[in-house]
Amino acid sequence: MKVERVAITEDAIKIVKQLQEKYGELIFHQSGGCCDGSSPMIFEKGEMYLDDSDIFLGELSGVKYYMNQDQFEYWKHTHLTIGITKGRGSSFSLEIPLGIRFIIHSRILTDEENKILNG
Amino acid sequence: MSYSKPEFKEKYGNFINGKFVDPVGGEYFDNTSPIDNSHIAKYPRSQKEDVDNAVAAANAAKDAWGNTSATERATLLNKVADIIEANLEEFAIMETCDNGKPIRETINADIPLSVDHWRYFAAVIRAEEGSATELDEHTLSMNIKEPLGVVAQIIPWNFPLLMLSWKLPPALAAGNCVVLKPAEQTPSTATLLMEKIAEVFPPGVVNVIHGFGPEAGKPLASHSKVNKVAFTGETTTGQLIMQYASKNLNPVTMELGGKSPNIFFNSVMDEDDAFLDKAIEGAVLFAFNQGEVCTCPSRLLVQEDIYDKFMERVIARTKAIIQDNPYDSSTMVGAQASNDQYEKILSYINIGKEEGAKVLIGGEACKLEGDLSNGFYVQPTILEGHNKMRVFQEEIFGPVVAVTKFKDEAEALEIANDTLYGLGAGVWTRDAHQLYQIPRAIKAGRVWVNCYHAYPAHAPFGGYKKSGFGRENHLMMMNYYRQTKNMLISYDKNKLGFF
Repeated sequence: MKVERVAITEDAIKIVKQLQEKYGELIFHQSGGCCDGSSPMIFEKGEMYLDDSDIFLGELSGVKYYMNQDQFEYWKHTHLTIGITKGRGSSFSLEIPLGIRFIIHSRILTDEENKILNG
Repeated sequence: MSYSKPEFKEKYGNFINGKFVDPVGGEYFDNTSPIDNSHIAKYPRSQKEDVDNAVAAANAAKDAWGNTSATERATLLNKVADIIEANLEEFAIMETCDNGKPIRETINADIPLSVDHWRYFAAVIRAEEGSATELDEHTLSMNIKEPLGVVAQIIPWNFPLLMLSWKLPPALAAGNCVVLKPAEQTPSTATLLMEKIAEVFPPGVVNVIHGFGPEAGKPLASHSKVNKVAFTGETTTGQLIMQYASKNLNPVTMELGGKSPNIFFNSVMDEDDAFLDKAIEGAVLFAFNQGEVCTCPSRLLVQEDIYDKFMERVIARTKAIIQDNPYDSSTMVGAQASNDQYEKILSYINIGKEEGAKVLIGGEACKLEGDLSNGFYVQPTILEGHNKMRVFQEEIFGPVVAVTKFKDEAEALEIANDTLYGLGAGVWTRDAHQLYQIPRAIKAGRVWVNCYHAYPAHAPFGGYKKSGFGRENHLMMMNYYRQTKNMLISYDKNKLGFF
């Protein structure tokens, strides 16, 4: 069994593919804070400066998903699934003009998953 | 008393160079009301060309505006305040329609506070002075405060006109021209304001651009002809804006939210009096503005020996909240601002339950009748748990509070400061020592002591840690919008003697 921190729904994959056709290589970055915080944001690769403080969580439909390490400390016991919902977030995330938003659904990692992923 | 949805035009333009113009690309987006998900009007889906036009208009206007007297600028800021005040109800109804917040809030808080921020900065520039120092008998150092030039401002959807009124007045008072982008969820009152004040400022001094973040927000935030960017929102966009600013070597101010602790020490229950009543209300303020406040007191910390009795009263007060049609003046909690916000909040309540948090009240969507059944309502919710849970660490931006107990002062502080953010906090006690020492030990930019959710002009507001930097609502904000010209003047007739 392969254990992952992140997953993506079929609906969300369709949107990712649509954006990949338009923009090429993409990344997800998990936001925090107010307003549209806590939403996953999708950008062209290279748009956002990433370094060792950004934790790589996994790759979804060819898109690498990152989160800042400080935030990761509070999130690492949970499994995240990226889905979509109708709506209009206000950020620079590329799906916004489509009238939909990526959204995170979370569940607690099982004991076994937690052991493998977090030691 | 009950109000109803106001009339709107079919579509609106961007406000550039003193007049309303269509977007260059001719595209619009539909704005809807979260009250019943009904259509409001079309607003411009601006692109880079529209942003370029607005920035060019601001640049063309900046020299003349930067040279106006403080008297003149103050007079115009006061004029804006008078216009908003004279149309208070119209602004309030439109804000309720666009954002979903109850009419009693827009009438009593959002709009009157907006008026006051314009007046405050009008007053500030009449009273403040520069400085001069005689460095020696022949040498004078004179400091003149000069505007930066053109400022870009990107504001959120939770208090649309109020956030505009936190941002625009200090920038204009300092002598800058501004290009402002309202959030795409709530473009209405910024547009109404431009209609009402179209003639107040010279063309190009104030410009408002509508559109989506990646299409209009990014070109504005990264524009090479902009001299400063002010942003309120979340951390990822904050980081991106700082990156763009670094390319232009521009200053920025950031307000990026929080996860504010509201701490109740046991002495609040020493008497059953007006103060205890105030404290109970203070705990229930998590539901104010549907929880869509950067400083929402979304972590409730209660001392263990009063926990059961105190929470019993907090739950009873929460149960008494009237959640209904936002146009009705008896309604206390209205709709969340958008569908994605609504979905996100419900998803958080779910993860809270998964993590083992106990639902003390609420915990679900609120189903209203008729047209309102299409709106986005969430029940005020109290979750009991511990500070490592995600519902204690992330800004849910909904009417959801996470409550936990603490033993003593040390534990209260440990929990309060165990967060990435540091925007607001509340401390409630009758103990004179705690009143001072606890707020000093909390790492946050605003600590409300025996009160919460007051935002008067004249009290600086801003964050520690990942909540950002900059201090709004206060004259110190002026210095984030200008630079210091130092004139070093010699009154000595004699040469140095070097050459």
